[in-house]
Amino acid sequence: MAVVQEENPLVEGLERLPVHPTTLVIFGSTGDLAQRKLLPAIYNLAHEGALPEGFNLIGVSRSEMSDDDYRTMARESIEEHSRRPPDPQVLEKLLERVRYVSGTFDDDSVFERLKQELGSFDEEAGITFNRIFYLSTAPNFFALIVKKLGDRELHKHPDADVRVVIEKPFGTRLAEALDLNRELLSVLHESQIFRIDHYLGKETVQNMLAFRFANGLFEPIWNRNFIDYVQITAAEDLGIGRRAGYYDESGALRDLVQNHMLQLLSLLCMEPPVTFEADEVRDEKVKVLHAVEPPPRDAVVRARYTAGMAEGKEAVGYLEEEGVPDESMTETYVALRLEVDNWRWAGVPIYLRTGKRLARKVTEIAVTLKPVPHLAFQAEGSVGVQPNQIILAVQPNEGVSISLGAKIPGTRMRIRPVNMEFLYGTSFLSQSPEAYERLILDAMRGDATLFTRDDEVEAQWRIIDPILEGWGKDDSSLPTYPAGSPGPEEASSILAPGQRWRAI
Amino acid sequence: MTAKVVPEVPDEGAVWSAQDTTPGEIDEALRTLMQQQHARDHAHAPARVLNLVVVVDREWYGEIMNRLEQVGRYHASRTILCAVEPGRTTLDASAVMTIERQLGDLALTRERVIVEVGEKHLAKLDTIVDPLVVTDLPTVVWAPHGHPEAVDALLHLSQVVLIDSVNEPDPASALRRADELAAEAYVVDLAWLRTTPWRERVAATFDPPRWRPELYRIDSVTVRHRPDSGVAGVLFFGWLGSRLGWGSGSLMPANGAVRGHASGRRQDVALKLEPDPQQAVPGLAGIEIGTASGVTISLDRGPGGLSARRRDPKGHEQRWTILGASRGEGGILGEGIRQALLRDPAYSGALDCAEAMLR
Repeated sequence: MAVVQEENPLVEGLERLPVHPTTLVIFGSTGDLAQRKLLPAIYNLAHEGALPEGFNLIGVSRSEMSDDDYRTMARESIEEHSRRPPDPQVLEKLLERVRYVSGTFDDDSVFERLKQELGSFDEEAGITFNRIFYLSTAPNFFALIVKKLGDRELHKHPDADVRVVIEKPFGTRLAEALDLNRELLSVLHESQIFRIDHYLGKETVQNMLAFRFANGLFEPIWNRNFIDYVQITAAEDLGIGRRAGYYDESGALRDLVQNHMLQLLSLLCMEPPVTFEADEVRDEKVKVLHAVEPPPRDAVVRARYTAGMAEGKEAVGYLEEEGVPDESMTETYVALRLEVDNWRWAGVPIYLRTGKRLARKVTEIAVTLKPVPHLAFQAEGSVGVQPNQIILAVQPNEGVSISLGAKIPGTRMRIRPVNMEFLYGTSFLSQSPEAYERLILDAMRGDATLFTRDDEVEAQWRIIDPILEGWGKDDSSLPTYPAGSPGPEEASSILAPGQRWRAI
Repeated sequence: MTAKVVPEVPDEGAVWSAQDTTPGEIDEALRTLMQQQHARDHAHAPARVLNLVVVVDREWYGEIMNRLEQVGRYHASRTILCAVEPGRTTLDASAVMTIERQLGDLALTRERVIVEVGEKHLAKLDTIVDPLVVTDLPTVVWAPHGHPEAVDALLHLSQVVLIDSVNEPDPASALRRADELAAEAYVVDLAWLRTTPWRERVAATFDPPRWRPELYRIDSVTVRHRPDSGVAGVLFFGWLGSRLGWGSGSLMPANGAVRGHASGRRQDVALKLEPDPQQAVPGLAGIEIGTASGVTISLDRGPGGLSARRRDPKGHEQRWTILGASRGEGGILGEGIRQALLRDPAYSGALDCAEAMLR
C-alpha cells in the first residue's frame, strides 16, 4: 500500500522553499557562458541562501587543470561578473564544494571519474544528492554527453532525481532537432530534460502572463476584434564581436527568432491555462505554435549590415568582421509576418524583427489597437487621434506603457497621444534576479514551467524550417542596411498598407 | 557586472525647508520640487512604491537616518520622518529629492521629508502626515523610539506597521502590543524577520521525506539568542508550535534562561531560551532540535552561513555549512520595508502561539 507523505507544514509563508540537496555538474565549465553567467548566478543564489542546504558543483571541461585551478578560475569569474560584490566567506565556503573533472566528452574515463566524484559527495554527506547535468557546450556534444551519461548509468538513480539542462541552440534545422530529441529521449524521460530559453527567466517576460491574466482590463480586448497588429522587436546595437564562428553558422533567424521571439509570441497569444503548472502552460503555448503557418516568401525579409556609424564610432560591415567568410550569405537582420490561425487571432498580422548593429538595443512587444470607429475631433494643428498602443518592454527598460489620446491644454479641442507608463524600477523594491539564477533554481526544484518542451521546440522549427529551405535555394544578393540604422528599407514591404514599423 | 546604483548629491534646487510651516505648504513644496526636477531632466522618474512614516526622537533622528541609508535598494519612495522635540509648538520642515541613477537606465527620484513636531502634535499626527503621503501607495508606519500614541493616530491611514519587538524590554508586552496592532494593520516585526533564515533552514532540514516524520517527534528545542533578543526566540517557538499543532505551552524564567514546554502531538516538547553574551548582533545565535527518535539537529552562526550538525540515534554525526551571507542590521530593516508589500501567512499564527506561551 502506498504511503501518503504528509506535506511539510513548515514551508507555509516561506519565500524560499526547500530544495533537495543537489550536485550540479556543468559540462563546458570553462566556457564563456559558465564564466559570465552560470558561476555568478550560482554564487548569487548562495549569497541569498537560496541554494539547497547541501550543494556541490563539479566542472567538466577539456582544459587540464586541478580542482584548485578551477576554483581559482571560478573565483575570478564570480568576482568579475557577479551582480553584487561577493562576500569572501560565502564565496570561500561555496568554492570548498567545487571539484573539477578534465577531459573530452567522448572519453569514457571522464564519465567514470564523474561517477566517482558524484558518489564521493554522496558518501561524505551520507545522503544522495539530486544530480543536474548542465550542458553548456557546443550543441554537437549534447547527444554524445547524454549517451555517455546513459552508458555509465548516470542518467538515473533509484534515490535521486536526475535532470539534464540543455542550452540553445536546439538543432539548426527541424530534422536535426527531431534527431536530437530522439537521441535524448532514448536515454532520458522528457520530464528530465530542461531546455533553456533564458528569455523565459526574465521577470518582464513572466510578467506578460500576470499582465494578461491578472487584470480584467486587457483580456476582453486581447483578440482580433480590437487588435490591429502586433510587432515584436529584438534589436541589438552591437555587432557580432568575436562570435563569427557561431553567428555565421546561425544567423538572426536561428539565433533569436526560432527560440526567444517565438516564445514571446506564444506567451502573448496563448489562452489562459487552467493552472500555472508546467505542462498546463506549455500545452497552451504549443497550441499557439501549432496555429502558426510558415510565412510565405514575400512575408520574410533578410538583410546584412554594411559599414556605418554605431555608438558614435565607425563600424565595419558584417563581411568585414573578423572571421566572417567573404562569401557569407548569413543574415544579420530578419523581419517576418506571421499569423496565428485560430479563433482569437485570425487575420491579425504579427510582425517579428531582429537584427544586429541596429540603432538601439531594445526588446519589446508593441500591440496596436484598431482605430476608434468615429473621429469627432479635428486633427487640425495637432497630431490627432492615434490608435492606442500597449508596449510591453522587455529590455533594457522593463515595464508596460500604454499610449492614450489626451486633450492638448488650450481653448481648442486638439488631441495628441500621451503615455501612461509602468516601470519596474519605479514600482518594486526588489532588483530583478538574473534570468539564470531563476532558471537554475527552477531546474533544481524540478519546475519546468520556464523551460521548453520537446513538442514546443519541434513546433518552432516547423515554422522556421521552410524559411531556411527557401533561403538555401535563393542565390540573390542580400539587401543591406548601414550599421547604426533602424534596418533595411525592404522591411517595410511586409507591412500591410497604412502600417509602419515602430521606431527602434 | 550589471548596472550599479549611483546616488546623486541633491542639487540646490531639489532641497526645500521652512520654519513654522504647515502640511499644505510642505505638500506644495514637494510638488514644486518634483516639477523642477522634471524640468531639469526628463529622464527622472519618481519612484512610487510605498510611503514610510517614521516617528523618532529629535535627539536621535540622525541615527535613524543613517539606518535608513543602509537599506540598500529597499528605500521607500517617500519617507516622512517626524522628529519629536519636547516642548515644540510649531512645525519646521525640510524636503529633499534624492536621485539614484542606474547607469544606462532611468534616474529614480525619491522624496524625503523631515517634519519637526512637538509632543502635543502626536495624538493628532495623522492630520499632519495625511496630506504628505502619496495617495494610493501603501503607507508603512515605524516608530523605533516608542511614541505609541503617534502610531495609534496614524493607524487609520496606514496599511502596515513596522515594529521591532527586540527593542521592547519585556517580551510579553512586546508580543501583546504586536497583537493589538495586528488587529488594525498588517504587522511586520523585525524580530520575526531575524528568524527567517533559521525557519527556512529548519523547514529544509525536515523537508526530505525521510526526515519529515521526525517533525512530529520533536521533543526538545533550545534557542540561543543575544541577551536582548529573547522575543525572537519565543516567536521561533511560536512558529514551530503553530505549524506543528502543539497544544498550549508556557515559558518561565529559570536559572538565567527561560524554560518551558509545549504539548506536541505525540509527546511534550521541552523548550529553552538561552542568552548568549557572545552574540554581537540582535537575533538568534543557534538552534538545537531533538526528537524522540534520538535525532539531534543544530544550526549555529558560522563563517559564510549557518553551520549545521545532525546526529542520528546511533551517534553518527554529519556537519555541513548552509551558505548565505549575513544581512546585517541595514539588510534586516530593508527586508522589513520590502515585506510591507508582501503578506506572510505564518506570522499571525506564530504570534498567537508565542503570546500564549508567555501568558
